[in-house]
Amino acid sequence: MSKGLQFAVRSKQQWANIALQVLLLLIIGGVIYAAFVNAATNLAKAGIASGFRFWDNTAGFDISQTLIYYSSSTSTFGRAFWVGLLNTLLVASLGIVLATALGFTIGIARLSRNWLVSHLAGGYVELVRNVPLLLQLLFWYNAVLKSLPELRGSIAVPGGAFLNNRGLFLPQPLFGSNFRYVVAALVLGIAATLALRLWGRRRQERTGEPPHTVYFGFGLIVALPLLVFFAAGAPLSFSFPEMARFNIRGGIEILPELAALLVALTIYTAAFIAEVVRAGILAVAPGQTEAAQALGLRSGSALRLVVVPQAMRVIVPPLTSQYLNLTKNSSLAVAIGYPDLVQVFAGSVLNITGQSVEVIAITMAVYLFISLITSMLMNLYGYRLRVVER
Amino acid sequence: MAAADRIYLRDAPAELLPAPMASTGVLGWVRANLFSSPLNIALTILCAALIVWIVPDLLRFFIFDAVWSGANREACLVSPQHPEPGACWPFVRVWSSYFVYGFYPVSERWRVDLFFTLLAFGIAWLAWLGAPRRDLGAVYFFIVLPIVSYILLSGWPMIGLADVPTSLWGGILVTIVVAIVGIVASLPLGILLALGRRSAMPAVRLASIAFIEFVRGVPLITVLFMASVMLPLFVPDRFAPDKLMRALIGVALFASAYMAEVVRGGLLSIPRGQYEAAQALGLPYWRMMILVILPQALRVTLPNIVNTSIGLFKDTTLVFIVGIFDFLRTIEAARGDPNWATPVTSVTGYAFAAVFYFVCCYGMSRYSRNVEARLARAQRR
Repeated sequence: MSKGLQFAVRSKQQWANIALQVLLLLIIGGVIYAAFVNAATNLAKAGIASGFRFWDNTAGFDISQTLIYYSSSTSTFGRAFWVGLLNTLLVASLGIVLATALGFTIGIARLSRNWLVSHLAGGYVELVRNVPLLLQLLFWYNAVLKSLPELRGSIAVPGGAFLNNRGLFLPQPLFGSNFRYVVAALVLGIAATLALRLWGRRRQERTGEPPHTVYFGFGLIVALPLLVFFAAGAPLSFSFPEMARFNIRGGIEILPELAALLVALTIYTAAFIAEVVRAGILAVAPGQTEAAQALGLRSGSALRLVVVPQAMRVIVPPLTSQYLNLTKNSSLAVAIGYPDLVQVFAGSVLNITGQSVEVIAITMAVYLFISLITSMLMNLYGYRLRVVER
Repeated sequence: MAAADRIYLRDAPAELLPAPMASTGVLGWVRANLFSSPLNIALTILCAALIVWIVPDLLRFFIFDAVWSGANREACLVSPQHPEPGACWPFVRVWSSYFVYGFYPVSERWRVDLFFTLLAFGIAWLAWLGAPRRDLGAVYFFIVLPIVSYILLSGWPMIGLADVPTSLWGGILVTIVVAIVGIVASLPLGILLALGRRSAMPAVRLASIAFIEFVRGVPLITVLFMASVMLPLFVPDRFAPDKLMRALIGVALFASAYMAEVVRGGLLSIPRGQYEAAQALGLPYWRMMILVILPQALRVTLPNIVNTSIGLFKDTTLVFIVGIFDFLRTIEAARGDPNWATPVTSVTGYAFAAVFYFVCCYGMSRYSRNVEARLARAQRR
């Protein structure tokens, strides 16, 4: 049947479907148009400008944590946006690393044959998952960190750090100019290890001899940079925080807001990651372990070569969505005043400029962009790891 | 052949071996579960140390050293009676009616109590899988209850119920209202969106996908900001919804995108044959969905629907940020009361809130696990 003919014999049902879709599009278009017209009149009435010209205007407000240069008197709203975005990315990436470490530990602990270990881990997961994140965040910030001693009574942490209700003060590493050789050695070591592994795997496929790259890799990644470090004259020193009368000088200051947000996000997300890990490991059929044993693999090799690769296939997609959740949840920062994207941009900038439509659209676009990029990478990963059936 | 030649034959009884280690009973259980290997012994000791380190302190703080009576902060400060005061429970008792009703007028609070009762009745009807006429229960929960509750809570002077503006609502009342509106609105909207996403009509499908992916890609806070800041701009002045209503719209839209994905999971689990059988019987689209597909899909997704509701219930705390006096916000407000300013007030307030949320969420998750086990049994048959 040709295409034209199909068109000619469209049934009543098909015409109804087309009409329905046209109606839907008209309604959506109409709602958007009405919203647009209303917003224009309401904004004009309130005397609020529209458009993105505010981006280059001077911001004029302070931000408590800035990873890039920012000054309230000269920097623009656009600069404030980047400061907020970087703070969001900072807390999200630190949180992802910490939550993954804690989550995998607890997920494996839940499967332990030790009754006490598995039930302790289970209790952690149940407790943390059933209490709202915002409540946990407020608890860590208001009840724990804010009730730490004041500056005078700072707790001295071994290693030259101080802890008080203004934050955690850590020694700041100062890198000498020769430190770049150490970094170069590290990069070289990692590259050489990867190449060695590739070669080892090729050789194993050809001759069946298993590669012994672990010790070489350790030597290349850890020992080589260390060697270069001392050869270059140990180009690393620390600036230790010092107690002055009214403040602490030197060192890196970690704001209590950042610490509270990090602790809360890590603890909360770790509970969800633990469940993902547990489900992933349980999803590998016990027959797989038994088959590996029957082939003569030791339990460590069976785990590494048979169980983990299959479990990862199940774990990675929900794990990524937990990472995304963590990133989105970092917007709760606004409740305790950590200067993340939402607090700086959808908070301060919105209040000063009043341009809510533009500001919220930009904020949402950032999160959408992060989500879409991540799910694209995830699809790619899923495509590479798909089970290829014979 | 003489017996002495057969040297492999034993002529004296073998020595008795010691009895094997108990593998049953308390001792056997302890050995198998706690001390089966050196690593396990180390882990057991570590965990036991952790418990001994934390639990007694917690019990001391919340029960044994806690202050149980008093009229103001004096009771919870260091005193000869309480050298190391623990949790300050009289603070919770004094503020408890605020935690439940917010500023809802005292003389009208019976209306809130009645609302809680009607709601509990509706939840019980729907949650008890063996209850009679659960279809009527659904009508009650999704249609009758919202209308009656709205009239009851916000008032209707015509029948003698005084108006109570939503700015006076607060505490657990608002938390429950936000959660229930979220669930009641998101289920039908989510079903529509899920069907839309699987529709054969490209415009419907694209619109559903765009909405679902957009909402799931942004944090709830930005949706709430949008609802509370932008919504008033988008409608003419006289229709501008009040603050609570704006947050409710935001929560409902947000929840419906997540509900849509849950329902879609259920739709995907229905075998093709069910659709084909329904079509073979000549059922048009909507009757096929309502009579054949959705009843099966919703039954298998009930545990996931409950899990999404748990997430929604926890997320209601975010309305706090757009200035609505939900339960958590009333705790925050009470925490700042100078009459009760003690070092332990914050912890007490947060602990009380945590217990409330934990009991609600844990109850829901136990229920969803029970339903799941029941479904698994039905599948095995």
